[in-house]
Amino acid sequence: MTDNTELLRFTTAGSVDDGKSTLIGRLLYDSKSIFQDQYDQIKDATERRGEEGVNLALLTDGLKSEREQGITIDVAYRYFSTPKRKFIIADTPGHIQYTRNMVTGASTANVALILIDARNGVVEQTRRHAIIASLLQIPHIVVCVNKMDLVDYSQEEYSKIQESFEAFAAKLDVVDVHFIPISALLGDNVVSRSEKTPWYNGPTLMYYLENVHIASDHNFIDARFPVQFVIRPNTDEFHDYRGYAGRLAGGIMKKGDTVTLLPTGFSTKIKQIIGPDGEQDEAFPPQSVTVLLEDDLDLSRGDMIVRENNQPEITQDIEVMLCWFDSSRPLQQRGKYSIRHTTQDARCIVKEIRYKLDINSLHRDLDDKNINMNDIARVVLRTTKPLFIDCYRKNRNTGSIILIDEASNNTVAAGMII
Amino acid sequence: MDYNISHLKELEAESIFILRDVAAQFERPVIMFSGGKDSILIVHLAHKAFYPAKIPFPLLHVDTGHNFPETLEYRDNLSERLGAKLIIGSVEEAIQSGQAVEEKGVNASRNMLQIGVLLSALEKGKFDAAMGGARRDEEKARAKERFFSHRDEFGQWDPKNQRPELWNLFNGRKQMGEHFRIFPISNWTELDVWQYLAMENVELPSLYFSHQREVFERDGTLLADCDYILKRPDEKVFTETVRCRTIGDMTCTGVWKSNASTVEDIIEEVATTRMTERGGRTDDKRSETAMEDRKKEGYF
Ligand SMILES: Nc1nc2c(ncn2[C@@H]2O[C@H](COP(=O)(O)OP(=O)(O)O)[C@@H](O)[C@H]2O)c(=O)[nH]1
Repeated sequence: MTDNTELLRFTTAGSVDDGKSTLIGRLLYDSKSIFQDQYDQIKDATERRGEEGVNLALLTDGLKSEREQGITIDVAYRYFSTPKRKFIIADTPGHIQYTRNMVTGASTANVALILIDARNGVVEQTRRHAIIASLLQIPHIVVCVNKMDLVDYSQEEYSKIQESFEAFAAKLDVVDVHFIPISALLGDNVVSRSEKTPWYNGPTLMYYLENVHIASDHNFIDARFPVQFVIRPNTDEFHDYRGYAGRLAGGIMKKGDTVTLLPTGFSTKIKQIIGPDGEQDEAFPPQSVTVLLEDDLDLSRGDMIVRENNQPEITQDIEVMLCWFDSSRPLQQRGKYSIRHTTQDARCIVKEIRYKLDINSLHRDLDDKNINMNDIARVVLRTTKPLFIDCYRKNRNTGSIILIDEASNNTVAAGMII
Repeated sequence: MDYNISHLKELEAESIFILRDVAAQFERPVIMFSGGKDSILIVHLAHKAFYPAKIPFPLLHVDTGHNFPETLEYRDNLSERLGAKLIIGSVEEAIQSGQAVEEKGVNASRNMLQIGVLLSALEKGKFDAAMGGARRDEEKARAKERFFSHRDEFGQWDPKNQRPELWNLFNGRKQMGEHFRIFPISNWTELDVWQYLAMENVELPSLYFSHQREVFERDGTLLADCDYILKRPDEKVFTETVRCRTIGDMTCTGVWKSNASTVEDIIEEVATTRMTERGGRTDDKRSETAMEDRKKEGYF
């Protein structure tokens, strides 16, 4: 195993009983990411439940309360690796009421894995998952048509499902969709090619995950460096040192580049870039670095370093697709919330709820202004100070916000800037 | 030019981001230092995150009084080398002063007592963010833990009421008296940690490498012979070549037969092993949901 493998994050979604847990269990098991004691534990648990064999689905069962109810209720993270890549799975439950978890898992994913039961075809849940993957701009979607063993590995059934998904996806903002016929239970086309689907010439799921091109999932064009923390050692050796620490949110920054500072608009040059291993000539996402500037200008957390001829929009009025998370209170028209955007904190007021999006049909309801937990709405916000924004399609880092309830301090919504 | 970074560099960048956000969002953060490789990794990453400034957090070590002596020596050297302030919470003192009662019997462990001592040390230091080295791959209950994990005023964790975490936006806001547990290396696996420590040439406690030790066997696990464990009459002590995969109390940390004497050997061993590292911890064996129960009460 080498130490220069890439990291790929993916989400899994499917309705209850589509075989999501079984599939994840199989990926972990076949990539030898399951340890003997874990295996023994689930074997025991399978027996205690009076079931046969070893229920791989139990591997991904998290907390006690869920084990008792037999369902998954929160995002759980799983890890496995192959010699080519390390994988992080954000495993999100498939219930209607948990859009919130799916959105959370999707926010950092490179790939969305959508499961369909071959016997049922595209159902409401499938459409919802695809819509969320499109809203959250997950760069790649792979549709696994599962339980092929229960439809006699029929190419006809598979093609019908593929066509019906494609017809629906044509209405969405998704570019890269792949289809794979699998049986999670028996392992067909998961890690090894199945002999039962001679009509299928595409990759196995594992091959796809190991090889899908993710290097360009970041924005390497529009340089954005939100200042996260100011490093001031206050020692004799580093007396006047003022380093701006942060993570590249977009673009590439090089030593010697002329840059513009927001909100002041002052220009200066990058004197030095310090990374985890010392000085480096350039920095790009998702690196965390410290930037030193030629001139002694006072920046603080929330400010942004950009290029003069490529700046984000500087505005107090933002329009977002908002996913509401709070179960105790609906979104309030004219309500005031704290807003977090990159490393910047501000307050905002909800100026207008434009429409509620039906995430099964994509229908826009202009009259329904009741935005409850798991609802998605297009909303206009006015902030107390200017934010330096890009649209979410262009940059997931500078195009995303969260809202925080000022009384409970809970994160109550996530928004994608339009 | 290829703008690609390895998974270890990406994990490093993510953890450094978290550490810096903690410094920015909290008033009195602290690193919970156990002496194990995971908390050593956090200290190492914190050093990088704030260089050339010193790490802006003290290290808090809950000393159960049953630590391996090697752990304490390493701890003292590390804090001195980095100039980090060291705070020690003592279980022994809590027992002496009657704030805690020692468990009795062969399986007695001070694990549960740590919780009280930790919580009171956090309270005494008025720490509002306690960073720990827990990883999501370690145990089922941890798979759903957040980077920023909110605790109520009693230090309790409510698995049903956690804040969603999206993108790079971490919400550390809280009421008076509440605090956060922060897990900067949530996304690392055991293998990632070892590979990174090897790549960075980080000095590690000698316990991780194979050495000769007096041990005995209990419930299929080898334990180091010491004054703190009551042995049953049939438990015979013998000498074995072993190493620790996790570092905790001598009473509950299993040692493993191993010839791994370098980090590279350990990586080889971890990559081919068939047991999770917590598999050797007798405290997790008490019930299938042992870890989750301890978590709710405020264990790391
Ligand atoms: N025949 C068949 N059964 C499957 C397959 N995948 C999953 N199952 C079964 O479908 C049921 C639900 O699977 P599970 O993984 O728990 O679904 P989840 O609710 O999506 O996590 C279980 O009884 C599985 O054994 C498959 O490919 N073929």
